[in-house]
Amino acid sequence: MALTGIQIYKFLPKTNCKECGFPTCLAFAMKLAQAGAELSACPYVSDEGKAALAAASKPPIRLVTIGAGEKKIEVGNETVMFRHEKTFVHPTGLVVRIKDTSSADEVAKTVEAVKSYSVDRVGMTFGMDGFAIENASGDSATFVKCVEAVSSKSDLPLILMSSDASSMSAAVDRVKAAKPAIYAATKDNIDQMIELAKSSGCPLAVRSSDGLGELAELTEKAAGAGVDDLILDPGVRGFADSLVTLTQIRRLALAKRFEPLGYPVITFPGEGASSLDEEAVLAAQHIAKYGNIVVIDCFSPAAALALITLRLNLYTDPQKPIQMKPGTYQVGEPKETSPVCVTTNFSLTYFSIAGELESAGWPSWLVVCDTEGLSVLTAWSAGKFDAEKIAKTIKGENVAEKVNHKNVIIPGGVAVLRGELEEELPDWKIMVGPREAMAVGGYLKENWKS
Amino acid sequence: MPDVEIPLEKWTGKVKEVKIGGGGRKEVVVGGESTLPFLAFESSNPNPPKIAIEVHDKEPTTWAAPLLSAWGDAVKDPGTWAKKAVEFGADLICLKLLSAHPEGGNTGPAEAKASVEKVLSAVDLPLIILGPGVAEKDNEVITAASDAAKGQRVALGNCEEKNYRTIGAVCLSDGHIAIAKTPLDINLCKQLNIMLSDMGVPADSIIMDPDTGALGYGIEYGYSINERVRLAALGGDAMTAFPILNHAGGEVWRQKEARASDGVPDAWGDLEERSIIWEAVTATSVINAGCDIVVMCHPKAIERIKSTIEKLTGK
Repeated sequence: MALTGIQIYKFLPKTNCKECGFPTCLAFAMKLAQAGAELSACPYVSDEGKAALAAASKPPIRLVTIGAGEKKIEVGNETVMFRHEKTFVHPTGLVVRIKDTSSADEVAKTVEAVKSYSVDRVGMTFGMDGFAIENASGDSATFVKCVEAVSSKSDLPLILMSSDASSMSAAVDRVKAAKPAIYAATKDNIDQMIELAKSSGCPLAVRSSDGLGELAELTEKAAGAGVDDLILDPGVRGFADSLVTLTQIRRLALAKRFEPLGYPVITFPGEGASSLDEEAVLAAQHIAKYGNIVVIDCFSPAAALALITLRLNLYTDPQKPIQMKPGTYQVGEPKETSPVCVTTNFSLTYFSIAGELESAGWPSWLVVCDTEGLSVLTAWSAGKFDAEKIAKTIKGENVAEKVNHKNVIIPGGVAVLRGELEEELPDWKIMVGPREAMAVGGYLKENWKS
Repeated sequence: MPDVEIPLEKWTGKVKEVKIGGGGRKEVVVGGESTLPFLAFESSNPNPPKIAIEVHDKEPTTWAAPLLSAWGDAVKDPGTWAKKAVEFGADLICLKLLSAHPEGGNTGPAEAKASVEKVLSAVDLPLIILGPGVAEKDNEVITAASDAAKGQRVALGNCEEKNYRTIGAVCLSDGHIAIAKTPLDINLCKQLNIMLSDMGVPADSIIMDPDTGALGYGIEYGYSINERVRLAALGGDAMTAFPILNHAGGEVWRQKEARASDGVPDAWGDLEERSIIWEAVTATSVINAGCDIVVMCHPKAIERIKSTIEKLTGK
């Protein structure tokens, strides 16, 4: 928990010397509490104060990076239990498991399918984030071969899975520049795994199936030996136990600032599921409730699309709603006789109206204006959705060339814009649609004559 | 070994229990939570979430292919449809009187009464009955539905901010449960509950539908409104302490992801698989955020969520 301004003030010299650039020590303390100033601006703060403030400003859940380069996975640094309190920060890493017992062909096929998987949503492109390669064969040479096969075909981050320290060492050796995660240290092999993590600089996952006490003991040992980039596997695999345990870990890290469990968590929904759709549902639970890296066993495009979408939705900052890229969108397959509707680029507004047009069976041209992600009425009252903006968008999008009519429908909520818009777009007939998206089907049936 | 003391939340509030059914009909109890969903280490939530299956009073004309093939001819008649819903594992039936919509047939109270009676006699599960979503028609057909289901304690809706008095009043006089629907806003949600309470609807006779979006279409709003409303209830706010109902199925099956097999990117995969996962993931999200009654459509998604709830509650 971050310190309050008053708590910080206690560590300051209270001389109001102004050298930090603030009029008083208290003002400086308040600014520090809001993360709007750096402690180093105060030349007189005591060492004790520095240490206390540094400890308090340390994130309760460490940010851990797997992989190197542009595609690296960064997870952790979460600060809330519920997304509406602030936001979830680093989207869950979705990785696909490959076992070294699979044939070279199967491995090649999976790698190709996963690395080339890409979906567009709200104007952005998303995909899967990496591979977990498991030494299921128990054989060191087979493991190394599989790791080499995957890494030669893909630059996505890797999680190497083996409980045998020498197999792990051989595999890490081949790909250590790519900073794979080492999975996993357990009470039986932790000393060797710590050594390996230290010498390679790779993040280390720690697993215990014997309660959070043992898990904390193992992470303390690793942290004590200088391995700070840790990932937790509390060994829970089912629906109920993983929900409970992951909630407890998040609470301990945030509410209690319990450092030994202040790390990202890895989950394996495939091990708690007996079918593809069950794995997807459990993975969805882990995305919502406190999993940071989710390892998928059954890769399928349909399930991947659902999980990527859920992650995008839940990790959206509630203060900064998802925005659509302004432009002209097609609902269904509109023709030149189809209706032209204007809306804002708040994604929920867009989806409501697009969904209603779609389900009511009206292929349409949906012209999305840049309202900085605000909904119709909010944007209108903020002056970001006015006649000028609508006219500019209609002209800029060359809507007139897409249709053989000159009718444009504006949302009923901004009926007042009609007059002004008639002046801005003299060739067009401005029609006022319904206030609610839900009524658009009925409105068109009544008013649209193509 | 470090001593790990699990932090427990000391909630002061508790969600009201609402009993649906009775009068010869099976009873289902929802609500009663004293902690967040499925956190059995903290407190025991007595009633697991329930699944209501959507049944329409007329054959759907715009249903998605995976739904039509799963339900077959059953959708031609609300009684047959409801019976099939029992086979598919429904805890409740959610009957939507869509034929009363001015653009969908504009049927009246007599037809509504007949549909309700058909479903009542076909199955013994508790009922949720919803109008077509147009204020004056809702009032007309829900009044008839209320009369037809007198003594069997059904849930009636939707009561909305601008139109709650009529349905609230028939619930009050016939002993039914009012469904209070608000658009993704905790303050409006609370306000409508206050207005219903002020007109005398008892606290054990309100269910809230704070609205949700499908996965990809505003699920994050549905997820957060559920969490916010539930946290407020557990924090002691009696006017948010009612069971939550979410239309996961209805939202999902309107969307392209559940409908389109042609003209979509290869990355979307197979329609049947995608649509079922879409509904199941939407449902699991709202349940994890506090939903008590999830209204669903596809038998396979329903089966998945039923099993998920059983596993989450250790049953």
